[in-house]
Amino acid sequence: MSGVAEPAAHVARVRALLDDVFDPEIPVLTIGDLGVLRAVEVEDGATVVTVTPTYSGCPAMDAIRADIAVVLHRAGVTDFEIRTAYAPAWTTDWMGEAAKTKLAEFGIAPPARVAEAMVAPVRCPRCRSTATTTISEFGSTACKALVVCDACREPFDLFKAI
Amino acid sequence: MTGPEQSRVPFVAASPQGMVVAGGLPAHVVYVLRLGDDNLVMAQRLGEWISRGPDLEEDIALANVALDHLGQARALLAHAGALEGMGRTEDDLAMGRAERDVHNLLLVEQPNGDFAHTVARALFLDAYQVELWRVLSGSGDATLGGIAAKALKEARYHLRHSSAWAVRLGDGTALSHARMQAAVDDLWRFTFEPFAADAVDLAAAASGVGVDPEVLRAPWDARIDAVLTEATLERPSDPYQRTGGRQGFHTEHLGHVLTELQWMQRTFPGLHW
Repeated sequence: MSGVAEPAAHVARVRALLDDVFDPEIPVLTIGDLGVLRAVEVEDGATVVTVTPTYSGCPAMDAIRADIAVVLHRAGVTDFEIRTAYAPAWTTDWMGEAAKTKLAEFGIAPPARVAEAMVAPVRCPRCRSTATTTISEFGSTACKALVVCDACREPFDLFKAI
Repeated sequence: MTGPEQSRVPFVAASPQGMVVAGGLPAHVVYVLRLGDDNLVMAQRLGEWISRGPDLEEDIALANVALDHLGQARALLAHAGALEGMGRTEDDLAMGRAERDVHNLLLVEQPNGDFAHTVARALFLDAYQVELWRVLSGSGDATLGGIAAKALKEARYHLRHSSAWAVRLGDGTALSHARMQAAVDDLWRFTFEPFAADAVDLAAAASGVGVDPEVLRAPWDARIDAVLTEATLERPSDPYQRTGGRQGFHTEHLGHVLTELQWMQRTFPGLHW
């Protein structure tokens, strides 16, 4: 495919397309919500999408790259490259309030701000109680810890603040 | 495969151009390989716990930590391959090298032992890596710096986990205390190697890529002393030390680790699924 005629419009279109790429393990959040999508650019007429991993070994990254490729191909964008950037290192502080609300509604307690993570209360996504106990600092995926609510006894995932 | 030809090269020597070479590779490449190999072997060892953890939560925790180390290994080995410029991928480097060409610390290849040994090994490594990644976040090699900044967050979390277990076991029952102390004593001889610089480290430090590991020792000591004290454990005084892993001289255990890790690719080279 030859070069992109109007780069600004093209970048906006690609960004809109990528709103359909969700984290395979947290299907309510897009890669934009998570802050995994770092940049969409045009270089020498080709589309360059840059992503950053949440955790170094996050297995979802391979699926995310594949999903990006599928979405772009379907939209006729065939001349593209997907890059992985490690710096600046991903932080849950890049997650917006809307994304955190979506997480809580999905049943995952959202992360506190990193600076407050050691003191912020963890709120049960089911009954909203802050009387909660950590069962394990590690959970079902690299990005989560396991917590139980002392009020309603519901065990739930907490998105770790990093 | 890097085979006999490379093993005949004196491990560390000055090349005609004055560049420090190790096993036929430039110091920069070897430096990154070493850090990748620490994580590769640690990931493999921790992976051995999967389905055998003392409880379900801990089984998941060890698998999560293993995954972080594997991710760090992949990034570092891919970077080493790119620096080398011979077309070797992260998979080629992980699956195609024999013991003499693998540069991990002897500490990480030691067997899992009982859970106390796994905790002590992790504690010693985590405390080292937290200091290492903190310094390397400012590496003159921007890719290495990015990997380090990412790994630092993960290493801090690992250290919290291993420290908590060391305290829980050390300051636990008479039996858990005795076994935690035995594990610390057993593995102590491998805790000198991370800080023993050779020409590769010094060349990497001089070029702004790496760090002279000697500077990491004081903060490591302080951290370990604090954990051991809280855990009511005694810091071993035995000065006996084992080194050599960085130069490819390993304990017997690495061969067994690599045999399991590499079996599929050795049997069916290039296999994909």
